[in-house]
Amino acid sequence: MAELTYREAVGYGIAQEMRRDPHLVMLGEDIATAGGVFKTTVGLLEQFGPSRIRDTPISEQAILGAAMGAAMTGIPVIAEIMFSDFLAVCWDIVANQIAKSRYMTGGQLTLPVVIRTHNGGGVRFGAQHSQSVENWCMMIPGLKVVAPSTPTDVIRLMAAAVRDPDPVVFFEHKSLLASKEDIPSGELVGKLGEARVIREGSDATVLALAFMVPRALEAAERLAADGISAEVIDLRCLVPLDVKTVLESVAKTSRLFTVEENPRLCGWGAELVSIVSEEAFWDLDGPVVRITTPHIPLPAADSLEDLAIPSVDRIEATIRKALR
Amino acid sequence: MSTDLDDPSLYDYARRKPRLPEPVNEANDYLDIPLETRVEMFETQQLLRQLEKRAYDLFMQNLVKGTSHLSLGMEAIATGFAHAMRPDDYTFATYRGHAHTLARGTPPGPVLAELLGRDNGILGGKGGSMHLTSVEHGMMGSYAIIGAHLCVANGAAWSAQMRGTDQVTVCFFGDGTTNIGAFHEALNFAVVWKLPVVFVCENNLYMEYTPIDMVTSAFHPAAGRASAYGLEDIVIDGNDADEVLVTAQRVVDKARTGGGPSLVEAITYRHGGHSRADPGKYRPASEVEAWLERDPLPMYHQRLLRLQVPEARLTQIVKEVADRVEEATEFAKLGARPGEEHLFTDVWADGGSAWRN
Repeated sequence: MAELTYREAVGYGIAQEMRRDPHLVMLGEDIATAGGVFKTTVGLLEQFGPSRIRDTPISEQAILGAAMGAAMTGIPVIAEIMFSDFLAVCWDIVANQIAKSRYMTGGQLTLPVVIRTHNGGGVRFGAQHSQSVENWCMMIPGLKVVAPSTPTDVIRLMAAAVRDPDPVVFFEHKSLLASKEDIPSGELVGKLGEARVIREGSDATVLALAFMVPRALEAAERLAADGISAEVIDLRCLVPLDVKTVLESVAKTSRLFTVEENPRLCGWGAELVSIVSEEAFWDLDGPVVRITTPHIPLPAADSLEDLAIPSVDRIEATIRKALR
Repeated sequence: MSTDLDDPSLYDYARRKPRLPEPVNEANDYLDIPLETRVEMFETQQLLRQLEKRAYDLFMQNLVKGTSHLSLGMEAIATGFAHAMRPDDYTFATYRGHAHTLARGTPPGPVLAELLGRDNGILGGKGGSMHLTSVEHGMMGSYAIIGAHLCVANGAAWSAQMRGTDQVTVCFFGDGTTNIGAFHEALNFAVVWKLPVVFVCENNLYMEYTPIDMVTSAFHPAAGRASAYGLEDIVIDGNDADEVLVTAQRVVDKARTGGGPSLVEAITYRHGGHSRADPGKYRPASEVEAWLERDPLPMYHQRLLRLQVPEARLTQIVKEVADRVEEATEFAKLGARPGEEHLFTDVWADGGSAWRN
């Protein structure tokens, strides 16, 4: 048992997998000597050496292309894209090449690639360094999508992602990097596609992901003080998606809320709402409500960014109003 | 302010001054290449030519759907490189990849079947003409959005380096690719990491429907950029399989022995248009005519005759290849159209496509 920050958990999880699989390598901008611009990979160069931990030029296509080419010829790879916004720079390699090559080749190519990237807002970086782009990846067939909310889950899901033979986009949330938790000792290995009920409740199901998980949880605690019992589910993965846990919860609570940091249109919650409407319509006692960042680019000023991203106050007020 | 780019006559490409081929280098007769290797390269070029013609005929019969990009006239490049590569070396190609796929030894029947969208195609009908891949033959894929695959080729080369296998990766692309960012990212990356990779620009003078010099800052779109990456500027006759072979042997050997990447620009010409829909009318008629005269196949035939290979032997090879193409066509036509049982397979490594429980 040791207390680790979310930031430290990233490196801890990578190191666990690097020790297990001597073939595993990692590349990215400033990840080696500098230990990452978010200091998520500190110490890995010293532990595993420059042939396994490689700094690259600012060349996102070259980074992910190298990851893909190495993976398809037998070397599992972790590639870092510094900010998830930059996935747009190498989107061809992500969405057209890595995601589709297995299918297009009739299963000839296997692509054990983990694309790690720092996602999300709350750090006043403005519209091009703060986006929550997990929904971009969710909509591409052939990508698995993970976004942990706790240090323990970072380690467990990192292990699951690395051990998965398919491409996984692994979102590390910038605003969670300083959060801390006691980590169990020993090897930690999770499973992709398992949501977690982090707070049981009977009046409402609240789905959240990554940075929105602690906020949804705090909103639920406040509601509890007024006798509203909200069940909070940390989805953890968007693909594969644990629909079963969501449907079971809705069957119990009869109300559904999503708390999403991505902008409104085609956010991940829209797909969940669609599934619940099709498969659990008769379980619902009221309208489904999505709590999202509005459909705007994220502003830089702290006062504006705080208004844009769902806050504990907004989550609480929205749920309270809907259940009134 | 107007520039000379505003002159409309510049854009009447068919009336531009034609870009004529250089004459064949007769001295290439005396390159140090075993005669048997040359006979094999004659056969490879015949296969690429005859199968590509067959693919064209099958379009005309509406048996090939979608689009397709033929390599007619460009066979010497795929041939020369394939004969310089080891069976475990890697090839990466663009959507114009039929020739490269065949040159690495992929059986022609499953290749044609893939073009026909049949379940006996090399990709089970899921990839089609633009994505031909045969991992067991070192053909690591045809990539249909230009640029990306140079970066992917680097990864395969990096992997070979890490595994210590001495495998070399050869990555083919067209002149148009030299103007996309990934080309420049890939070259810089390959040089910095000293990767065992060879980049081969098949410069057929046209970026799709536009003359490459209209849209490129360097006269030689690949070689002209080589010095920026500390690479030798290599320009060769891409219509002479022997010249391609000796160049390929040199750069592949350099990569294999730790000398790092190379960039080769092979000058060639497409006999047809860019793709199925394109008759190629933007090219001056005299230019097309001159390049048809510089067809790599008759030239090679003449060379082998000069080197005392009996005409009867060459005729026999042409006939045997024709028989193979017939067999391949029959094989392809006999394939079934893949059904629903194939639709949801192979998204994931577990064979399926499930995204939820």
